[in-house]
Amino acid sequence: MRRSRSGPAALGAGGSRAGKYGLRTIALSYLALILVLPVGMVFYRTFENGLQPVLQALVDPLTLHALYLTVAIAAIAVPLNTLFGVFCALLMVRRRFLGKSILSVLIDLPFAVSPVVVGLSLVLVYGRTGWLGGWLAENGVRVIFAWPSMVLATIFVSLPFVVREVVPVLQEIGVDQDQAAHTLGATPWQTFWRVTLPAIRSGVTYGVILTTARALGEFGAVSVVSGKIAGRTSTLTVHVEERFQQFDLVGAYTSSLLLAVIALVIVLSMTVLRSKEVGA
Amino acid sequence: MASVPSSSSLVAAGTVAARPAPPKVLRRMKVRRSTWLGVGLVTLYLSVIVLIPLAAVIWHAAELGPAAIWRVVSSPDTRAALQLSLMASVVVAAINAVVGTITAWVLVRDSFPGKTIVNALIDLPFALPTIVAGLTLLALYGPNGPFGVNLAYTRAAVMVALLFVTLPFVVRSVQPVLIELEQDVEEAASALGARGFTVFRRVVLPSLLPAIISGAGLSFARAIGEFGSVVLISGNIPFKTQIAPVRIFALVESGDSAGAAALAVVLLLISLGVLLALAFVQRWGRRGDEEE
Repeated sequence: MRRSRSGPAALGAGGSRAGKYGLRTIALSYLALILVLPVGMVFYRTFENGLQPVLQALVDPLTLHALYLTVAIAAIAVPLNTLFGVFCALLMVRRRFLGKSILSVLIDLPFAVSPVVVGLSLVLVYGRTGWLGGWLAENGVRVIFAWPSMVLATIFVSLPFVVREVVPVLQEIGVDQDQAAHTLGATPWQTFWRVTLPAIRSGVTYGVILTTARALGEFGAVSVVSGKIAGRTSTLTVHVEERFQQFDLVGAYTSSLLLAVIALVIVLSMTVLRSKEVGA
Repeated sequence: MASVPSSSSLVAAGTVAARPAPPKVLRRMKVRRSTWLGVGLVTLYLSVIVLIPLAAVIWHAAELGPAAIWRVVSSPDTRAALQLSLMASVVVAAINAVVGTITAWVLVRDSFPGKTIVNALIDLPFALPTIVAGLTLLALYGPNGPFGVNLAYTRAAVMVALLFVTLPFVVRSVQPVLIELEQDVEEAASALGARGFTVFRRVVLPSLLPAIISGAGLSFARAIGEFGSVVLISGNIPFKTQIAPVRIFALVESGDSAGAAALAVVLLLISLGVLLALAFVQRWGRRGDEEE
């Protein structure tokens, strides 16, 4: 791989010095206006009136319940999608079967669907008038306006990440090492744990990080199916909106800050992982 | 591919299993039974989570029939929402194509203190929950913002929100191509007397074009379905700032799930169309590689 060289030649087309600074100014000021200033603003607004109201909003039972629910949903959705993702990636890279390209298109489908449509689709299956609605009501099972639908929505929107991240890594490592392990008498299970999994670790890690980010932060799909019952079906993101609608800005900003900090940690950990890869 | 962010694979839509077709002899090989079991399990999971719910949307819309779908979609407020969504997404994709390419260029060819941090921050819109993005933008560009600019409840606010959530797409699809690009041709062009912009337009741009189109297309697909970041700052005023996903939400809330399904199918068709077109663009880009 070629890294860009330093010196005037590296500038290539952007030859002149004025051009170079011009482009840098455009890019950086755009990023500042669209990205950095708004996110910085949340930190500022949250602590505008001191620490006390923030702490109060943080230990508010509704906030704590929303945090608990958010983490609980992610704790179900992320492992399921990770298992599915690794299994599916192995299947698509290492096995031969009919309809593989169709499967790969279907796996990307969640990225093409608006979160609101995801929510709607679950309502149309599990809601009162949905396909399974009548049967569920007879058996007293609540899916819509309860946590099961929120879990389903979260799994839906975060499904493709692990597959997407693991497939290219699997393609790159090939099967030589696995075959060697097999020749040396390893069982398929041993080969998977000791050879394949360590080799695809970076892809799996990225996939899990992205899945977690999406699972913790999903709003549209969850807000359609949750019914937004404060203290019961309100996740952190739904809580942000609810606090905002109630004119409780400190509450809205506090929960936002919590989510923004998680997002920053995720972005930074990805950067650290990436630089480790470069070092390796 | 060390310095290329792995999230660039995020923007490579529709290429999960993009491998060359195996030779004919291999293809006739018998498919192992365990493979079928695996395919069955994967299909089952995918069906329960994704396919059956989406089928329900299509089913409910189809039950209405084409005439009724058309009535829903062409009702004045829904049509206005759809028009705004389409218009805003096109504009946002175009802005991203230009600014995203410039940003990628600066991140690859330029060097300045703090570049690593800037590069890391590009991914923030993927990690930040959309509702938080909406709130942050409202804090900056809403009433009582520090700049005295109040965009709240305007179409400009819709654009800004969409620009925020789609920011990484073009940058992350152009960046790796730019890193891999051989600079010899550019140097040759300048040695032969071509000016800076001419070199960019005639030499660099053609190689970047597939990546730019692909990033812009993904921005469009994302923008047309976006909900969370727009909902607070746009005010959701019918005929003015209400976008199609918000319209669907309103239809669901009012109990008109058939109408919601009809509009949802239209949105689905648009974003699927774009993603399929992108798959072709990517194939076209890859063919260019092989010819070299």
